[in-house]
Amino acid sequence: MKKEHYLWVATKTGLLGGAIGIFLCLIGMVEIFDKRDVVEGVITLGQFVLLATTTSMGFIASRRTSELLGQNQASLNLISGLVAGLISAILVVLLVVVGNLIDVRAVFLNASPVLYSLLSFNQGLAGIWILPLIGAVTGVVGAAFLLLREDIRGPISRGLLTLILMALFSGLFRVVLINQGSLWQVIAKGLFGQTGLTWIGAILFFGLAVFLSRFWSSKGDEYKARLNQLPKTRQTTLRVVLLALIVLIALGLPQMSGPFIAQVIVIISLYILMGLGLNITLGFAGLLDLGFVAFYAIGAYTVGLLTSYGPFGLQHIPFWVSVPIAVLVAMMFGAFLGLPVLGVRGDYLAIATLGFGEIVRLLAGSDFLAPYFGGPRGIIGIQKPCIGMLEEFLKTDTPRVCNGIELGTPQDIYYVAVASALLIAFVAWRLRESRLGRAWMAIREDEDVAEALGVNLVQTKLLAYMLGAAFAGLGGAIFTVLIGSIFASSMQLLVSINVVALIIVGGMGSIPGVIVGAIALIGLPELLREVSEFRYLIYGVTLIIMMLAKPEGLWPSQATKRELHHAEAENVTAENMV
Amino acid sequence: MTPILTARKVTKRFGGLVAVNNVDFEIADKSIVSIIGPNGAGKTTFFNCITGFSRCDEGEILYQGTPIQRLRPDQIARLGVSRTYQNIRLFADMSALENILVGENMFLQASWIRAVFKTPGVIQEEKMALEEAQRLLNFVGLIRKGDMLARNLPYGEQRRLEIARALATKPKLLLLDEPSAGMNPRESEDLTAFIRRLRDELGITILLIEHHMRVVMGISEYVTVLDYGEKIAEGTPAEIQKNPRVIEAYLGRGAATEGMSTAHERFNKKGG
Repeated sequence: MKKEHYLWVATKTGLLGGAIGIFLCLIGMVEIFDKRDVVEGVITLGQFVLLATTTSMGFIASRRTSELLGQNQASLNLISGLVAGLISAILVVLLVVVGNLIDVRAVFLNASPVLYSLLSFNQGLAGIWILPLIGAVTGVVGAAFLLLREDIRGPISRGLLTLILMALFSGLFRVVLINQGSLWQVIAKGLFGQTGLTWIGAILFFGLAVFLSRFWSSKGDEYKARLNQLPKTRQTTLRVVLLALIVLIALGLPQMSGPFIAQVIVIISLYILMGLGLNITLGFAGLLDLGFVAFYAIGAYTVGLLTSYGPFGLQHIPFWVSVPIAVLVAMMFGAFLGLPVLGVRGDYLAIATLGFGEIVRLLAGSDFLAPYFGGPRGIIGIQKPCIGMLEEFLKTDTPRVCNGIELGTPQDIYYVAVASALLIAFVAWRLRESRLGRAWMAIREDEDVAEALGVNLVQTKLLAYMLGAAFAGLGGAIFTVLIGSIFASSMQLLVSINVVALIIVGGMGSIPGVIVGAIALIGLPELLREVSEFRYLIYGVTLIIMMLAKPEGLWPSQATKRELHHAEAENVTAENMV
Repeated sequence: MTPILTARKVTKRFGGLVAVNNVDFEIADKSIVSIIGPNGAGKTTFFNCITGFSRCDEGEILYQGTPIQRLRPDQIARLGVSRTYQNIRLFADMSALENILVGENMFLQASWIRAVFKTPGVIQEEKMALEEAQRLLNFVGLIRKGDMLARNLPYGEQRRLEIARALATKPKLLLLDEPSAGMNPRESEDLTAFIRRLRDELGITILLIEHHMRVVMGISEYVTVLDYGEKIAEGTPAEIQKNPRVIEAYLGRGAATEGMSTAHERFNKKGG
């Protein structure tokens, strides 16, 4: 095969980068992100996105050059980085030129004058040379990054990652810190600006991340070894102290951070509950359920109907009594779904369950059942949980008075949600280690063989559906009291898809994976409301990259990890033997 | 000796194709019996009928006197019939140990609620199951491989693990579907000895489908020959080797007319 010339490779990379840049501009991302800062007064998020594109193109071009040459050759690496960065930037700038000649706005809504002036640094056509220059420089920087030693590259990239994450969440941190009082207020204003980090904050966070990363890679093992040498009692004390600290932080968090973050954590917990449920049916038993939101809805409606003081309340029992009932009802429906689809496998099962989810949502929101479930207007006036005695129910639309502590705010529900998620994670872990867990996994691997080994398919599969439904039902029950009302329209198919996605991203069949996946796919987008317009774009890109780069998930179960990396391990041993 | 398994007039059709046709079959307790026949003769289908994988259309299968042709595979497994597969079917993404533990599943009593609370009974039961699994791993010589994923084991060890998994169900009748497939002569010899050990030490009745004639003739006490779904011969290995219908089935009609002696040689060559 004829080897390509490295400059040609760099040009191709540059063209790709230009295409990405133009795409980001035309969907309006650059313009909207420009209102946020990474470092105030230095670089906006919009600029950062473009620079990140040219820099990474420089890096990629440089790496491909090294691959072509079979080694690093500094000057050629830098040249190809320069070419790639330059071409990327020129393509983006071409957008300005074209935009000034003809009106492309009729097709591309976001090709606005604001975007053009942004790309030409407010100088009109006279300023179009600036971006290519920056592109070339950043391309070289990206290329040079490859030439750095691994122990320098690692900390720097971690530092940059920390910097950008802190910048994205700066508004959040600022509000939380300002809530803490006078001294904190000064710190908050020093580190976080209105729209991004201050330059002090930027340097501080970057430096801290680099320092910690360096420290960990050089001294980490030493400290670990020293910890292991400590006497057993000391180790246990240390562990207890650490655990106590975590518990303390967890207990204090909602009060410190305010209702918004508490609510986000509650929502993450609810998705963890659903994720753990689906992890049983899909992750353990391999039964793909695309209508999982149905059980969530059933849990929610059960609690709603049993506790609401609104017009649709059937009973007026306390929340705590209604939750176990809701879980049982969800389990019942789990069996109800499971029975007809027992013999259905794979893709067919996915479609059948998809139908089930839609049926539940449509029925709950239908006019036909409106006298019972409120139809599209939903069930309102759900009694908040009360620790203590509830007074008698008097009349419709009047909440019962709670003699004790009423869990009314998201901060209060936080405790219920987090405790439930932890409890269910523990239950799921115990189930996984049991004979039932092994039977589930056997069914996932090969249903026929499992049956021939004496595994009762009907019983085992039904239990998977029922327990999965129970977990989701619990999540729905808590969701009801968080919102205080239920609407069928919030039980969308998208919720089911999110749950499937978070399991896959977290790592199929892995319990910590569910938690990590929920935080990554549900928590981060909730916190980054400002960029909500591109939420699903980022989400989709992340999913694709995840599946290409880390198909086993963020926190894979041990087995999957071994499976997917076995091929690599084999290659390594083979090489070692040579 | 009483038969452990009796099949009477078993027929299985797939649409117009009669895969197993009117087969009468009997296997004596604690014996080693082979089913042989050309490809597509219905051997594996017959196995599937016995283990409940597919329901036979006509006829009756009695296991220790009770009819099992209407039972589910897991019920048949509980009665003491276990099997291995022609193309190994392990739980690929589970460890070797877990594979065996699944086989023990039916002897474990713990309900899911007790498993969640991890009652002393459950702990005791799991401990015993684990010991038994280790013992079985040891029995098939895989004691150091317990934590390896089944998919990562070499071929020969996968075969042995599959047998260990089948043994975990404490079978009285073990069906082996081409256990020596893909093995070299030396490995098949080991296998022959191993199968004998299963019968002699554990008292398990063995029914195997086999293509390696050396294995078949070396190990079987009795051989049944199927061709186009029909039983065309049965008898001791020596009788089968001389049976003209068997030779015809294996080598074609020409062989039978061209003279028994030459056909005989070719048959033996094929077996060797």
